[in-house]
Amino acid sequence: MLVVVCIKQVPDTTQVKIDPVTGNLIREGVPFIMNPFDSHALEESLRLKDRYGFQVAVISMGPPNTEITLRKALALGVDNAVLLSDRAFGGADTLATSKVLAEAIKRLTQKEEVVIVLCGKQTIDGDTAQVGPGIASRLGYSQLTLVCHIEKIDLRTKKLIARRKLEGRDEVVEASLPVMISVVREINTPRYPTVPMRLKTEAATLTRWDNKEMKLNEDTIGLKGSATQVRKIFSPERAIGEILGDGIANPEEAAGLLIDKLKENGFIHI
Amino acid sequence: MDEKGKIKKPRGKARLIPDKCIACGARCQSSCPKDAIEMTDEGKPVISIEKCISCLKCIKVCPTNAIEIYFTPEEQRILDEIKAQSYALPEPEVEILNKKEAAALVKIQQYKGVWVLVEQTEGEPALVSWELLGTGAELAKTLDVELCSVVIGDKVENLCLESFSYGATKSYLIDDPVFRFYRTEPYCQALYYLVRKYKPEIILVGATGLGRDLAGAVATKLETGLTADCTGLAIDDKGYLLQTRPAFGGNIMATILTENTRPQMSTVRPGVMSLPVRNASLKGETISESLPLKEDDFTTKVLDIIKDSKLDAIDVTAADVIVSGGRGMCTRENFGILQELADQLGGFVGCSRGVVEQVCT
Repeated sequence: MLVVVCIKQVPDTTQVKIDPVTGNLIREGVPFIMNPFDSHALEESLRLKDRYGFQVAVISMGPPNTEITLRKALALGVDNAVLLSDRAFGGADTLATSKVLAEAIKRLTQKEEVVIVLCGKQTIDGDTAQVGPGIASRLGYSQLTLVCHIEKIDLRTKKLIARRKLEGRDEVVEASLPVMISVVREINTPRYPTVPMRLKTEAATLTRWDNKEMKLNEDTIGLKGSATQVRKIFSPERAIGEILGDGIANPEEAAGLLIDKLKENGFIHI
Repeated sequence: MDEKGKIKKPRGKARLIPDKCIACGARCQSSCPKDAIEMTDEGKPVISIEKCISCLKCIKVCPTNAIEIYFTPEEQRILDEIKAQSYALPEPEVEILNKKEAAALVKIQQYKGVWVLVEQTEGEPALVSWELLGTGAELAKTLDVELCSVVIGDKVENLCLESFSYGATKSYLIDDPVFRFYRTEPYCQALYYLVRKYKPEIILVGATGLGRDLAGAVATKLETGLTADCTGLAIDDKGYLLQTRPAFGGNIMATILTENTRPQMSTVRPGVMSLPVRNASLKGETISESLPLKEDDFTTKVLDIIKDSKLDAIDVTAADVIVSGGRGMCTRENFGILQELADQLGGFVGCSRGVVEQVCT
């Protein structure tokens, strides 16, 4: 039985800087990392492997350099890593992305029964949280988003019980397998690959599927298969704040100015 | 077709304007019919002059206008020559819709009206639903179409009436015990059914845990565009929905369209759109629908709900006043000072991303 983890290689958005003159994004030198939410999904798959003896495969759609991130997953102990890379896959929105990922999972199913697909709750570059539900919908799997704990898997009855984290409350939900689960950070603390593990997997073979292999209709994938089009990208207008006084040289004066300001705007009444 | 001796007008070549490229994800490469574009590891295009046929496809698709047409010195020489000879007529550049695009246009024109999903948890409506009715009303007015609410749940007819108070003129209701607790499958089937039957052009959903779970599933089933977490919505001159949202951790804004499929679906952040004034005297029409759904059809079950009182107390997304501290606060203890001020103001304490990451990691 197979657990499939969907991961994305993303630019580390916490290291993005803004050009103070043009207001443009400076992307030079920004490192690519595994989407942080996906590393929690990956960790969960490894824990399930330890507990239930599942095989684990990671899949990622992206440019050829995504290999670096997939090798990290191999170093952590996954059994197979599949890189889905083809220029026909490029420029995809979430609809076209879930198409390629779902088709790749179908191909994996032909060899071994897929019981769980794990995804991060969203990526840090796109922030959409749409690809996981898209995969579940295309495959007809049960869908559990925002999972913070997998409580139980019963392989005989093919049921899974998980806890979901929603606004102001948690839900304990039972779903039948196969299931797509998207995870939140609280689910676990990811392990780090050791140097020996990294060295051992340096020579491991990656599975590579392009569209010659996948044979998907080009109108359903990549830019052509995307239902949304980006019309414009621009720098956000930032609301201009105000610095009151000098809190280091004269904190009392600064506090006084703040109180005056709050009074002036009717936030406090003294 | 070219007459002998007549000089063909050069069309120029595509060229990257380096500073403008933001490595959006190889849109230009995917749009190129001649495989003339290779991507660098940084995700920027390298355009082959030999292969480029200046079809302009990459230029159209670039979200930051980072590709331009230029003429090689040789082409410029020919251009000057043509100009000098003056017999060269300008080539008409007419954009002809291909068959597929024309068919898509006919199809999308069947979709009318703006819908807002009324999100509820065991009958309790989410405030974002009413905020969306306010925004939806503006969109509907611009388009001159109806504003409708969609209510799916168990014993929730009162929410249809409530939606009229916030500006909806019609409400689609599916009321059945199967919808007592939110589960993706039955809710997805219900919304899918209504969309297929009544064909709205726009659907707005709150970007909450529930809203994002449902919208992602329904949009895929409908094979239509969905834009997440919008902070701005408007209608362009063609009547298409302009969906503006932050991306890249809020460092850039993107305006996104769903051009060839309907409905155009957006999830919208709670608290971004202002709440319209409630007017209980407003009335509307409720259209009740039912689906032949049985509890046995669904394998997902909600076993338990754990209310987190701690989370309720510090929901900063719902706060009107937030006293926020950055790394300048130096220590965790100093946030106590901010708490005092927040208490005075009836607000909550928040902090910058830097603080969160230093404390949590």
